[in-house]
Amino acid sequence: MLILECPCCGVKADETELQAGGEAHLKRYGPGSTDEEFDGYMFSRKNPKGVHFERWRHAYGCGKWFLAARCTATLEVFGTYPAQTSAPPADLQAKIKQKRPNWEGYK
Amino acid sequence: MGFKRYSAFAVAREAMNYHLGWERAWGSPAPKKKYDVVIVGAGGHGLASAYYLGKNYGITNVAIIEKGWLGGGNTGRNTTIIRSNYLQDPSAAIYEKARSLYETMSQDLNYNVMFSPRGLLMLGQTEHEVRGYKRTVYANNLQGVATEWISPQRVKELVPIINIDGPRYPILGALYQARGGTARHDAVAWGYARACSQMGMDVIQQCEVTGVRTEGGKVVGIDTSKGAIDCDKLGMVVAGHSSVLAEMAGFRLPIESLALQALVSEPIKPCMDVVVMANTVHGYMSQSDKGEMVIGGGTDGFNNYTQRGSFHHIEETVRALVETFPMISRLKNLRQWGGIVDMTGDRSPLISKTPVDGIFVNCGWGTGGFKAIPGSGWAMAELMARGSSPLAEEFSMYRFREGKFIDESVAAGVAH
Amino acid sequence: MSTRLQKGGRLIDRSRAMSFTFNGRKMQGYAGDTLASALLGADQMLVGRSFKYHRPRGIMSSGAEEPNALVGLGEGGRFEPNQRTTTTELFDGAVTASQNHWPSLEFDVGAINDKFYRFLPAGFYYKTFMFPRFAWKHVFEPFIRQSAGLGKVPHARDEDRYEYAYAFADLVIVGGGIAGLAAALAAGKQGKRVWLIEQTAHWGGRAVVDGVQIQGQEADEWVTETLQALEGMENVTLRARTMASGLYDHGYLLMYERIADHTPGDGRPRHRLWRMRAGHIVTATGAIERPLSFAGNDIPGVMLASAVRDYVVNWAVSPGDRTVIVTNNDDAYRTALALLDAGLAVPAVIDARPEAKGDLPEAVRARGVKVLEGKGIAKVKGGKRVTGVSVCLQAGEGAELETIDCDAVAMSGGWSPVVHLWSHCGGKLNWDDKQAMFRPDPNRPATGADGEAMVTAIGSANGHLTAADVLDDAHKAVGGKGAAPGAVCATEAPIMPVWIMPQGAGPALRFKMWLDPQNDVKVSDIQLAAREGYESVEHAKRYTTLGMATDQGKISNINGLAVLSDALNQAIPATGTTTFRPPYTPISMGAIAGEARGEIFQPLRKTPMHDWHEVHGAHWEPVGHWRRAYCFLRTGEGVHDAVNREIRQVRNSVGLLDASTLGKILVKGPDAGKFLDMLYTNMMSTLPVGKCRYGLMCNENGFLSDDGVVVRLSEDTWLCHTTTGGADRIHGWMEDWLQCEWWDWKVYTANVTEQYAQVAIAGPNARKLLDKLGGMDLSKEALPFMEWREGTLGGFRARVHRISFSGELSFEVAVPASEGRAFWEALIAAGEEFGVMPYGTEAMHIMRAEKGFIMIGDETDGTVIPQDLNLQWAISKKKEDYLGKRAHERSFMASPERWKLVGLETLDGGLIPDGAYAVADGHNANGQRNVQGRVTSTYYSPTLDKGIAMGLVKHGPDRMGEVIDFPVDDGKVVKARIVDPVFYDKDGEKQNV
Repeated sequence: MLILECPCCGVKADETELQAGGEAHLKRYGPGSTDEEFDGYMFSRKNPKGVHFERWRHAYGCGKWFLAARCTATLEVFGTYPAQTSAPPADLQAKIKQKRPNWEGYK
Repeated sequence: MGFKRYSAFAVAREAMNYHLGWERAWGSPAPKKKYDVVIVGAGGHGLASAYYLGKNYGITNVAIIEKGWLGGGNTGRNTTIIRSNYLQDPSAAIYEKARSLYETMSQDLNYNVMFSPRGLLMLGQTEHEVRGYKRTVYANNLQGVATEWISPQRVKELVPIINIDGPRYPILGALYQARGGTARHDAVAWGYARACSQMGMDVIQQCEVTGVRTEGGKVVGIDTSKGAIDCDKLGMVVAGHSSVLAEMAGFRLPIESLALQALVSEPIKPCMDVVVMANTVHGYMSQSDKGEMVIGGGTDGFNNYTQRGSFHHIEETVRALVETFPMISRLKNLRQWGGIVDMTGDRSPLISKTPVDGIFVNCGWGTGGFKAIPGSGWAMAELMARGSSPLAEEFSMYRFREGKFIDESVAAGVAH
Repeated sequence: MSTRLQKGGRLIDRSRAMSFTFNGRKMQGYAGDTLASALLGADQMLVGRSFKYHRPRGIMSSGAEEPNALVGLGEGGRFEPNQRTTTTELFDGAVTASQNHWPSLEFDVGAINDKFYRFLPAGFYYKTFMFPRFAWKHVFEPFIRQSAGLGKVPHARDEDRYEYAYAFADLVIVGGGIAGLAAALAAGKQGKRVWLIEQTAHWGGRAVVDGVQIQGQEADEWVTETLQALEGMENVTLRARTMASGLYDHGYLLMYERIADHTPGDGRPRHRLWRMRAGHIVTATGAIERPLSFAGNDIPGVMLASAVRDYVVNWAVSPGDRTVIVTNNDDAYRTALALLDAGLAVPAVIDARPEAKGDLPEAVRARGVKVLEGKGIAKVKGGKRVTGVSVCLQAGEGAELETIDCDAVAMSGGWSPVVHLWSHCGGKLNWDDKQAMFRPDPNRPATGADGEAMVTAIGSANGHLTAADVLDDAHKAVGGKGAAPGAVCATEAPIMPVWIMPQGAGPALRFKMWLDPQNDVKVSDIQLAAREGYESVEHAKRYTTLGMATDQGKISNINGLAVLSDALNQAIPATGTTTFRPPYTPISMGAIAGEARGEIFQPLRKTPMHDWHEVHGAHWEPVGHWRRAYCFLRTGEGVHDAVNREIRQVRNSVGLLDASTLGKILVKGPDAGKFLDMLYTNMMSTLPVGKCRYGLMCNENGFLSDDGVVVRLSEDTWLCHTTTGGADRIHGWMEDWLQCEWWDWKVYTANVTEQYAQVAIAGPNARKLLDKLGGMDLSKEALPFMEWREGTLGGFRARVHRISFSGELSFEVAVPASEGRAFWEALIAAGEEFGVMPYGTEAMHIMRAEKGFIMIGDETDGTVIPQDLNLQWAISKKKEDYLGKRAHERSFMASPERWKLVGLETLDGGLIPDGAYAVADGHNANGQRNVQGRVTSTYYSPTLDKGIAMGLVKHGPDRMGEVIDFPVDDGKVVKARIVDPVFYDKDGEKQNV
């Protein structure tokens, strides 16, 4: 039963208030992209056992989407940040690196 | 190992000597330097894949590598439901193949897996669901899968403890597969492991894969906690950890790992001889031979490798079943647990070649892998031995690229 | 025999006698009794039968670990099987019955299994019952099922109610023994929000039974004073009868409060399930005593030493007149002292250790009890009750040295910390060789959201077995100021691990040493598992069913894995434990389901007109959480007749549909047009203000996901109608794209579905009806087809859309939700002269099918793309991009082989059954019959008086007039002709008047 802090409204939201949205920072490929690019965007997932950047919506709260860095092996939450972000914030990445020295970093 | 045949007579004979004469059911060998085929994952699917490689194709220089204990993943954690009432042709084909192999599995393996074709019902509780199931019946009849649509009265006769007049979702009928049922999950893994061992294969437990070695786009071996092992072909059959292993081999899969939970009640005397699935309210239940009500529901929504789930899913499932079977309100939840399932882009499995020559995957069975085990192994063995398999054809990982999905959600909200 | 003592009993109130029945026999106990103490007090030691061999079973423990003493409790709607008597408080009038026997507890036919025990070792069923093949299902399995199971099946509907509760705390301390109390006191003083919960009705745990002195007081007094202090702290909450059932991630603690189990029918909820979010959890859950494995250790009268002590001290019940103690540690001597203090006989203490010279053994010797050092029990004598024990050398093979007559045996194999909660979320354990126990590894605790430890174990749960250590550990663990409360207790000599008694027991004895008495798992079974290669602790557990009974191995697991380790010749930590899973002890399904049952099983959404429908014959169907009227039944009318009547009324005059459930989403802003162009397959930015346009939405995978009419309200505002089921989903979908992909676009959305009531007024007399209300010019010229106007209609603020899903002249009118019911009734009144009547969803479905309109969910199923439905006209060719466009370019999506929408008409005018498939020649590679199409919608059309259908057929639109076969039931085939899907008013003249 996760708790994630919604960076929009500041509420520490219970999992039952949230809706999970899968891997974050996917680049959308539309018309003009190759089959491989489109397939990668739609279906291929990192699905790591470890640090995962993912989308959540505070669905039964403020309604906003946000992003979270979470460990899928321990469920530790490193931080949450606004969805309007193209890559994980540098300070969050540094924090993760400190806690998980073997983490290969955001790619 | 001599491998004594199992029978009531053998049990009686051994009883005279306090059962001190039984041999190991499977060996405990150290890995050899090289095998023709290495299967990673000694769950039901991995063991079945190895078994049919040996049985159908005579390939027995095979190792089955297991990180933990054999059958310890989803094979030993599921709710043991067996059915083949799938809508889409490729699914119906492989699940029916599996179901028919279950019919004779105890005799084939000389290990009682307790396949019990006790009948399975999927309740129709909305007009939409009714239409979906009626469609499934028509599809099944053309696919050679025996199913029928039955009335609420017939449902009540088959399941006396059911409440067909629930005020919110009265039962409008059910999709019924008389030869669906259950089997003893652990026994499936143990029976296959024993049979593989008898064929001379090596089942190697407590052996974790740490790397996959390739040369020129072709697999040459794996590194493990018990040393390097060479192989010509590699089968990855590691539900829950498919992405982790694929990453070692340098490719990605259309898979996410999610937690799926189940629970059992305390045992009571027999009260339900069929399996009931109620997809509108999200829950399913059967009664084990021990007398426990075995209950399952849907998956959690987020990527998770912990084999633990969130309690609100248990809540939702139990609520659904108390509504469907009011008497369970006065039973107690004895134990709940979780497993990690592979969820693909269309929730159908992958039995497929991969970008690496010689590496094959068998994964992505989502919430419903147990029922497929023998069919999955049969198809995987054929694919690995011959390079193609009609049963596996449509389950290629490249189908997503073509937009050729196998979507079963059409007929069933909660897959299982 | 077991009996009630004349005096003593900390917990019972002899002034309040309570009567109850056991198997119909009337018995008496006292307030404060458990069912178990009351049964023992009434000399009922035999209380049940075991699972496999149906052996006699007696009360073995005094707590949550009890494997044997389970009964059916209550009657009718309050009957519950498998109630653990040791943790069930006695109440007046309790009706109890023993389980798992036939015809009676004393004479059980199933006990024949016990005679064949040698033929029924662990896993015998995996090796047998395979021939003939059909026999498993029809002969063996039914027999096994009938003899397995435990309790009887409840039948009546549960008469009790259950509730959920939610709470937050900085610190939750689980367990109200002296560790928990001391920790709560220390933490409470720091001002933290503290909860202290205790699973039983009583505080103080074991210390109050064991005669410990704390801070110069008797433990009892210290507990009372500490409780008073805690009750005086506003920041501390105390709850007895509340068990921590499971710990879940991020500090989510599930707590099970048994409010009215001991006062059934008093109107309170029976159970309350607390969902606690705890900053930190302290487990002060104590320890559980282990049995010893000697032959006959399952015979009624063989009990845990601590339980014997509990019964004597707490409830003044003696399990027997002559109790032999058998032990490998000093603690069990306390039981001897308690028995002696109560005036009972202790013929001997059998101690497996070569010597027993500690304070406690000496104290027992001083009371004249003989202590047999280095000895063990070779065998317990008796059947349904212990009659004696034969003594042997622990180091030997079991040769009998002497026999001691007794009627009870108190055994102690040492203590195991209760580490369940510690372990639920991944807390790890260490093996403590000295104390022979697994205890929490403080360096590997379960971690929370912040990655830090979220659980701390204290006291016995942390492996501290003396009161002084317990209090010290508890105090320090919560950062208590100053010194911990001091305790005086006897010093104890070390335990000697004993996993089988005697050490060299041969196979015959091992066949009689029970590890798991409920499931009948014996030492020999675990050894067999090891021999056969079931070496992992999980394999051994599953192969033998060790620890899978209702006690979940609380007393059997450690002994079992020690036996397994010995058989495998490896150290115990190398074997490891099985996984600890919630709940700690079984919790009621009723409590998990809570109040959500019957009418309030799920939330019910109602339109403003819902209640009107209810009293006017609505035949409901669930649509999401809404209920919509399928049709409106009149007296004596069937569903089919009602639907046809409603359709005829619409086609011939005018009818009303409550369309309020349709999704209504406002999309507003400078970039709203651009946004909708991405969302819909067709162009919405070019829609003029005042007009409506039908639109399709695909998901990014290209599949049709929703449809509806889009209305341009103003220069920067659009109103998007969605399907009933799609409203929330589509709104979420819009927000997803706006927030996560095109976050720089200036667009706002609002789901206003419930802000408006919406009514479709359809039929040739629709305009006349609305004109009677008056207030707006709704003429063809003033309000052409596919346009909308705002105004006042009969005094109601209304937005009138001229759109039609029925094919008739039709207006969809939206009014504020608060005025919906009044507006509806105004329409009904005004329409009287036209015979106006409401119509339901089925009439709507049929009329749209007559018109060849698709329905999301019928023609689509998540695998259909707009092109399949010949909706190319609704896909803009001009747009560079829209959601789903790239997906449509994939090879299988662009294939001409896809099945396409057509109309279908049977040759005989009958119906094609719902869901039928059209066959093609031959079979595929998997032996399945080839198919070439399927029915998506099929209805009897009252308008055309024949069956009509829509379907998807391979190359369908190119095959007009062709006849295809639909095999249906019983080998019959329905022949149908491929036709245009528009069956009624092909030119749209009716709707455009």
